[in-house]
Amino acid sequence: MSTSDDIITTSNGLGYTSSSAAHPESLVKPPQAPSAGEDTIEIKIEFGGGLHLLFSSQPSHKIHIPRNIPNDDNTATQPVNMRYLVKWMKSNLLSEREEMFGDGDGVRPGILVLINDADWELEGELEYELRDRDEIVFISTLHGG
Amino acid sequence: MPPTPCSLCHTARALVKRPKTGQQVCKDCFFEVFETEVHNTIVEGKGIFERGEKVAIGASGGKDSTVLAHVLSVLNKRYHYGLDLFLLSIDEGITGYRDDSLETVKQNQIEYGLPLKILSYNELYGWTMDKIVEQVGRRNNCTFCGVFRRQALDRGAAQLGVDHIVTGHNADDIAETVLMNIMRGDIARLGRCTAVTTQSEDTIKRSKPFKYAYEKEIVMYAYFKKLTYFSTECIYSPDDLEAIRPSAIVDIIHSGESFQLEQSVQKGMKAMQTCLRCGYISSNDLCKACALLEGLEAGLDRSALRQTQANSSNAPTGHRTIPMFERYSNVGASQPAEGIEKAVQAIEIK
Repeated sequence: MSTSDDIITTSNGLGYTSSSAAHPESLVKPPQAPSAGEDTIEIKIEFGGGLHLLFSSQPSHKIHIPRNIPNDDNTATQPVNMRYLVKWMKSNLLSEREEMFGDGDGVRPGILVLINDADWELEGELEYELRDRDEIVFISTLHGG
Repeated sequence: MPPTPCSLCHTARALVKRPKTGQQVCKDCFFEVFETEVHNTIVEGKGIFERGEKVAIGASGGKDSTVLAHVLSVLNKRYHYGLDLFLLSIDEGITGYRDDSLETVKQNQIEYGLPLKILSYNELYGWTMDKIVEQVGRRNNCTFCGVFRRQALDRGAAQLGVDHIVTGHNADDIAETVLMNIMRGDIARLGRCTAVTTQSEDTIKRSKPFKYAYEKEIVMYAYFKKLTYFSTECIYSPDDLEAIRPSAIVDIIHSGESFQLEQSVQKGMKAMQTCLRCGYISSNDLCKACALLEGLEAGLDRSALRQTQANSSNAPTGHRTIPMFERYSNVGASQPAEGIEKAVQAIEIK
């Protein structure tokens, strides 16, 4: 069984070293994002597999986004979801080469998304409704074999 | 969405959706099925390993070879393969890329307690990739790197006294190779590329224990196990196929496997020989590395890529050459490669 492994690493399993990252952790607060409060939630975002290079070379970000967003026909509000987060990241966090991250509403094939350490395919992908202090990890599976 | 229970143990929460089967499994069951499937690939048929065999893991510091080093260390203990494992890394001489990833390999050496051998293009060919790109430009430099790396791995293995190299090629890589060989009409390679183990009389045995392991699961494994690997700017080609049809990758491997060559076609294929200049296995008088090296030395750029069939077993005067390939010359890990002196002498023009 895997529990018998005696190999211990001190890594994050995300494929970067501190030397390749600008800052191990950075607090990014874009101007339009208010600090966490009644109307916003805090989300931790991490990048692996080299993806941080598209996000100012920062592998870890803490962001604040609205708790509720307008629904599709603007008649009411709905809880904020992954679709909103991905869109938000494209306009607020992505520093270069959008086509390397985004694909339509979602993310490019070959990018693995984990929501609180679970494969997002089990969590509803873009429809997943985000909660305060959720941790989202994006890992590129391409290259670097 | 309510948490889904693991479809294997029915107790823990499922965290991974397996691309091959759609199965939803928890972390521990994922580790177990992933490792067991690699074990099955290893022991299937006659099995790829022999007891007591010395095996070099081609280690780049990337996710595939790092997970391979980890899983092989685990399986070697768990199933008592009795293997003598080594890490073998090739330093292509790419500043800001390979020097960083080699640090990762050195970290893996400590973590897994495996001896590490690093062989550089510079010591073997007298050229680093940085210098090659300076001369030939960016467009075709992958050809040089690919040809040089393949031979460097074999030579590194020979220096370690190892007869078997395992690489981290995964199911996605192999599916890509199957398609490429179909499109090129390369029947000979199509037949070989899906084999777990390839070996002919004169080459060092090579195996791909991750033949059936999906890239997604390798990345998941590295992430959940918190393995130390290195990935650089690594986002060239889209993986659209897997998105459209998740089983497509394994389907392509199976269709490649079922290609059978008729006797008459096999007869028409080129026999292998050894390179007249350096003794490495080759289908022509000169091996690809020697042909490319001659082009570089002559100061030619892209024409170096055209397989010039200079038949002479001697390189033109003043050209750097590759030391003779001696398969069974067990030089030992700590000593420098035999023949480096010769290569260095050849570098000194006049």
